[in-house]
Amino acid sequence: MAEEKFTAIVVGAGPAGSTAAYLLAKEGHDVVLVERGTTPGSKNMYGGRMYSHALNRIMPGFWEEAPVERPIARESITFLNGDQSVSISCGNMSWAANPFHSFTLLRAEFDAWLAAKAEEAGALLACGIRVDELLIDSGRVIGIRAGEDEMLADVVVAADGVNSILAQKAGLAKMFAPSQVATGVKQIIELPAETISQRFELEGNNGAARLFVGDCSNGMQGGGFLYTNKSSLSLGLVINVGELQRCQVKLCDIMEDFKSNPHIAPLIEGGEVAEYSAHLVPEAGLAMMPQLYGDGMIVAGDAAGFVLNLGYTVRGMDFAIASGEAAARTVMEAKARNDFSRQGLSRYKELLKQSFVLRDLEAYRKAPDFLENQRMFKAYPKLVTGLASKLFTVDGAPPVHLMKMVFDQIKQSDISLIQLARDGWKGARNL
Amino acid sequence: MKRLTIEQLLGVNKFVVDDEQAHIKVNKEICSRCQPKPCTFACPASLFSIKDEELSFDCAGCLECGTCRVVCPNAGIAIEWQYPRGGFGVHYRYG
Repeated sequence: MAEEKFTAIVVGAGPAGSTAAYLLAKEGHDVVLVERGTTPGSKNMYGGRMYSHALNRIMPGFWEEAPVERPIARESITFLNGDQSVSISCGNMSWAANPFHSFTLLRAEFDAWLAAKAEEAGALLACGIRVDELLIDSGRVIGIRAGEDEMLADVVVAADGVNSILAQKAGLAKMFAPSQVATGVKQIIELPAETISQRFELEGNNGAARLFVGDCSNGMQGGGFLYTNKSSLSLGLVINVGELQRCQVKLCDIMEDFKSNPHIAPLIEGGEVAEYSAHLVPEAGLAMMPQLYGDGMIVAGDAAGFVLNLGYTVRGMDFAIASGEAAARTVMEAKARNDFSRQGLSRYKELLKQSFVLRDLEAYRKAPDFLENQRMFKAYPKLVTGLASKLFTVDGAPPVHLMKMVFDQIKQSDISLIQLARDGWKGARNL
Repeated sequence: MKRLTIEQLLGVNKFVVDDEQAHIKVNKEICSRCQPKPCTFACPASLFSIKDEELSFDCAGCLECGTCRVVCPNAGIAIEWQYPRGGFGVHYRYG
């Protein structure tokens, strides 16, 4: 057995793990941050944007030194249907000024920076190590085993990502159902910075975030995204795995189809693919949340299913960072009382409820169900694009007033008026 | 932009391939009885294919997402899944 005993072993140097390790080390606790990649961030990928609020509370003005790409000044959602598309776009210049609302960033660089902050604060960073087992004594987690090596600690913080191998080994998490997760695929497409600014109508280094719904997911529950980095685009798709179980087209081909979609192709024209990555996204919110703590263990970040997709905002990193913060505070309080039992760590859930993490997930708990509605991915994009196309068409045909145009379009769609009213009511209440 | 094959896409990535230990193992007997074989469509790296009427799988090129582990109709039985050993596997330079 190893002689040294840490206060905390944090598994996974992503935003949750590194935040927890940083805060614990800053307060003088012995903490080791274990990462399976040879450098922190080398195993991590996401869509492309982080909302700033959570990290700004912990490290005010972090953007002064953190490797961020572009502050987002323009948001848009585009409905795709064949030749037709409709975009709703919102620009807000104040988003791209202090205190910057959100940034695009690349995880290999950013996560390495955040882990280095933890290391600077005094955490021991151990890379290239896969944790194989939890050490359990009388039902209580007392450490980890990686290959031949064992490490002991008062508490293990499992921030090991969406596949949550450790939470499952500890019996805190069950294997999720296919419909509870989505597969995200992404290509990094390099383009000159000036081309990106011109193409997306961005001033200086400002950035754009675009979401797509309709054709891009082949009618399946999911959507597309595009984020502008400094001199590359993050373009990708997120598709529910329950749907992928029935899909007869290869996911990598759906992605290439998306790139050649007539509404997407001009945006990426002339670009060079620099990386292709994939990742699971926990999508079911509270329905897939594991037990967040056990004897000697806390679960944080993606491993706890802390992601919130409302269709117009997609959040994960801010949840990860705030859950890492709550984990660190819980460990500090438990250390003061020397009680790392399940009861002693129950404070974690209270802190998450006081923060936005569980507050927001609870407020939007019905959103995942609402977004499972098949009409969102086929019928509505068709309805919206058809209606807008008619509105903007001048071809000498007899005039049709707006009211009739709308009702005609609904009649032609696969949606009944009652369904439309119900979906509208549900959407307005749950999103 | 030109359409890229999966080989071309994986070719731009950095991998440290583990020649000694496969981190994902498939049970060919169970898989031979699986009709839909959703892994052959859902794996983003397209590492599952059917060769000579048998499921064929290659670890090299794995993006370590976990989709196969979840999409499998015999989840937990047909696919033995873990992350690659420390230091091996995909190495994202952007993420």
